[in-house]
Amino acid sequence: MLNFKLERRPTPSHVMRIAAPLIASLAMLITALIAFAALGTPPLAALYSFFIEPLASSYGLGELLLKATPLMLCALGLALGFKSNVWNIGAEGQFTMGAIAGGGVALFYGATLGSLAIPMMLLAGIIGGMAWAAIPAFLRTRFNTSEILVSLMLVYIAQLYLAYLLHGSWRDPEGFNFPQSKGFDDHTILPLLFDGGRATYAFVFALILAALSWLFASKTFAGYRMLVSGLAPAAAAYAGFSEKRNIWLALLISGAIAGLAGVCEVAGPIGRLQPSISPGYGFAAIIVAFVGRLHPLGILLASLLMALLYLGGESVQLSLQLPAAITGLFQGMLLFYLLAADLFVGFRLKRSVRPTSSAVANAVIDTPQPSA
Amino acid sequence: MSGTFSDMSNTLQSTAATPRLRLRGISKRYPGVIANDGVDLTVGVGEIHALLGENGAGKSTLMKIVYGVTQPDAGSIEWQGAPVHIPNPAAARKLGIGMVFQHFSLFETLTVAENIALSLDKPVPADELAKQIVTVSQRYGLPIDPQRLTHSMSVGERQRVEIVRCLLQSPRLLIMDEPTSVLTPQAVLTLFETLRRLASEGVSILYISHKLDEIRTLCDTATILRGGKLSGNAIPRNESNHTLARMMVGSDLQECRLTPRQPDDMPGEIQLELTNLSLSTIDPFGTHLQDINLRVRAGEIIGIAGISGNGQKELLAALSGEALCIHSGDVRICGQYAGRLRPAQRRDIGLTFVPEERLGRGAVPALSLTDNALLTGARIGMVRNGLINKRMTRDFARDTIAQFQVKCSGEQAVANSLSGGNLQKFIVGRETKLNPKVMIVAQPTWGVDIGAAQMIRQALIDLRDAGVALLVISEELDELFMMCDCIAVLAQGRLSPTYPSAELSRERIGVLMAGGVPDTTMTSRLAEAMMHA
Repeated sequence: MLNFKLERRPTPSHVMRIAAPLIASLAMLITALIAFAALGTPPLAALYSFFIEPLASSYGLGELLLKATPLMLCALGLALGFKSNVWNIGAEGQFTMGAIAGGGVALFYGATLGSLAIPMMLLAGIIGGMAWAAIPAFLRTRFNTSEILVSLMLVYIAQLYLAYLLHGSWRDPEGFNFPQSKGFDDHTILPLLFDGGRATYAFVFALILAALSWLFASKTFAGYRMLVSGLAPAAAAYAGFSEKRNIWLALLISGAIAGLAGVCEVAGPIGRLQPSISPGYGFAAIIVAFVGRLHPLGILLASLLMALLYLGGESVQLSLQLPAAITGLFQGMLLFYLLAADLFVGFRLKRSVRPTSSAVANAVIDTPQPSA
Repeated sequence: MSGTFSDMSNTLQSTAATPRLRLRGISKRYPGVIANDGVDLTVGVGEIHALLGENGAGKSTLMKIVYGVTQPDAGSIEWQGAPVHIPNPAAARKLGIGMVFQHFSLFETLTVAENIALSLDKPVPADELAKQIVTVSQRYGLPIDPQRLTHSMSVGERQRVEIVRCLLQSPRLLIMDEPTSVLTPQAVLTLFETLRRLASEGVSILYISHKLDEIRTLCDTATILRGGKLSGNAIPRNESNHTLARMMVGSDLQECRLTPRQPDDMPGEIQLELTNLSLSTIDPFGTHLQDINLRVRAGEIIGIAGISGNGQKELLAALSGEALCIHSGDVRICGQYAGRLRPAQRRDIGLTFVPEERLGRGAVPALSLTDNALLTGARIGMVRNGLINKRMTRDFARDTIAQFQVKCSGEQAVANSLSGGNLQKFIVGRETKLNPKVMIVAQPTWGVDIGAAQMIRQALIDLRDAGVALLVISEELDELFMMCDCIAVLAQGRLSPTYPSAELSRERIGVLMAGGVPDTTMTSRLAEAMMHA
């Protein structure tokens, strides 16, 4: 009888750890081919429409950067927390609160602030996201609640709060009763990165933050403390690194960056507040963070891949009338294959041959004898 | 019997009696290590056989093979003359092999009888089982109450439960894995009596240990392993500790030297002082510290003896700052009130600390030795303006590796790639090099091979001679006698007064460990057994 078991590898290969996301992407592509064939669309045409067509124009490239920006921002913050064992699952909520806070500044103080409007909006967005992340941080450090559950539940509160504002006092009086705010004034909209696309300077912020987060993680003692807290909490306690400070820092930083992503989204391509401001960027960023191996450079690449999945999903909806759920399917497959690939980086499958039945019988037949 | 032919053709021994267990050429390979390499072992009927070796010599793997937990890659097992294959522990129990593990597997919230019922291969009615437990426990001098809840029992009592659990299956071979590491000297004597009685009834005993005195007192024969290979066989009674140790280690050992303090030496200043320290724990199975008083002066080593689980963990946390005391005056470090200070602040005053868990507490398993130097080394200049000084950190790690002869591939080696002894040398080295005024060391040589252990002890003694105040908490009495100026005993959360090591005997420590109630018959026997060793 054959049976398989997982055996821990003595030293996981570094190359394979980095290759795992590539293998996962390839496996996702192959499964995509099968899925397209099963849906009755010519697989190669579908693949072209999904992965190549969106990038064929400079407008398409702009869209790619536009979608990658919030993913990258949120993932950078989350990765910092994940590395230190703080599991902020609610970037989507902090993104929404950042959008509300920054959007509020644009709507009500945009005219008075003048040229200071954009910096103040960005600041408000950062504070909004940070404040929303402070709730799970406080509850975790004070009452030891799970930050996973609290941050996740706060996502829905933030989204409903946005809807409440837009159905109530923030609704555009001239908006034909649609639940949306007035459009932002031109001077409260982020400048474009290049003409002929919708990507804004937010992408530059994301690149700067990626560089800063790399510096923070590899050069500063604060980054080291967070790393130790994540890898070995008992060692952090032994060395005297405060667990509470770690939780606060991880949540506030990831909340702040998610809030920044939120305000950049409404002050960029959307240009107003509306009930739906994100196609799940905050959640997809969790996948981005892991596909990017929690490393800034990896996150940059992973956010581009994930953005392409969004664009490709839209593209096949238009050109091949495939269902919208296909984007979610691809995202899920990517994470699934990545987790599987990671398992085989750490473990190997060993085929062990069970002893023959006669040998087992032998042990059973040789019953103990009375003492000599 | 199917085995008789091979036995007759084989050796002279078989003419005397068929051995109960014979292993031939057992090999077992794990990824990266050869745990057993062609090991032979023979245990006769009614024989107490020692399996001796350092940590990592392959003792545990060999016993797991006999008990059916793992399968050998090569070699054969004969049970009472017949070749057998033991696919799992249930088959081993069916043959008549019982094993008492070093770490007990009892459920704290269940009674003795419930715990035993869980481990039986065939169900037995509850009242029937309780009767059997009482019968067996009385017969072998292992008094236990079947209805008692496990969490209220001492470690020695728990071990009795494990032994009774094995004896209920009437084993023909009993494997004991480091059974005395958790026992007081008195409890060790009781255990030895039980084992001798079992042997006289024809039960064979395989006794795994690295404590030479015990083996010479108890065992008839010994098999010695070194680096996974058979290093020799011996009759322990005819050997000295020295010759046994040489077979274990493969070379002669250097003793560490503690120069006794002269009476006219000026006593150093008090550097660590505990005053009426009481601390309750939230852990339902933890130990409350009660009214602990202790003084450690510069230039002396104070040892704290006692079995783990008597408040050691709680005392260490209160000393390191991982648990805060109630009053700031409970703990004074270098004259400063430190009871309410956190670990980092206590380190700033001049405290360093070696915890008993090396991987995961004393060092971060996945980080390099360079990064692990930074764990506690930040305060001696490795961090400037919040930025890490990589060069200084690397040099510090390199120096520590060289100075303490840490065997590793270099300062970039990951902590969990080092053996326990080498990692401990690195951690002790790191804490030593941080210029401490007070150093606390928990279980300095737990699971460390003899060579590294001597080096660590010598390093601590050198530190004492340089004027540092040291507190060492250890379960190994030999070690405390070897390196401490004074010894106190921690039992049930209370600390005895400190006595100069020279004035203390093992029996006196045994009495203090048991909570201070002397038992004259027991202590005289203890003295007899332990002193002649």
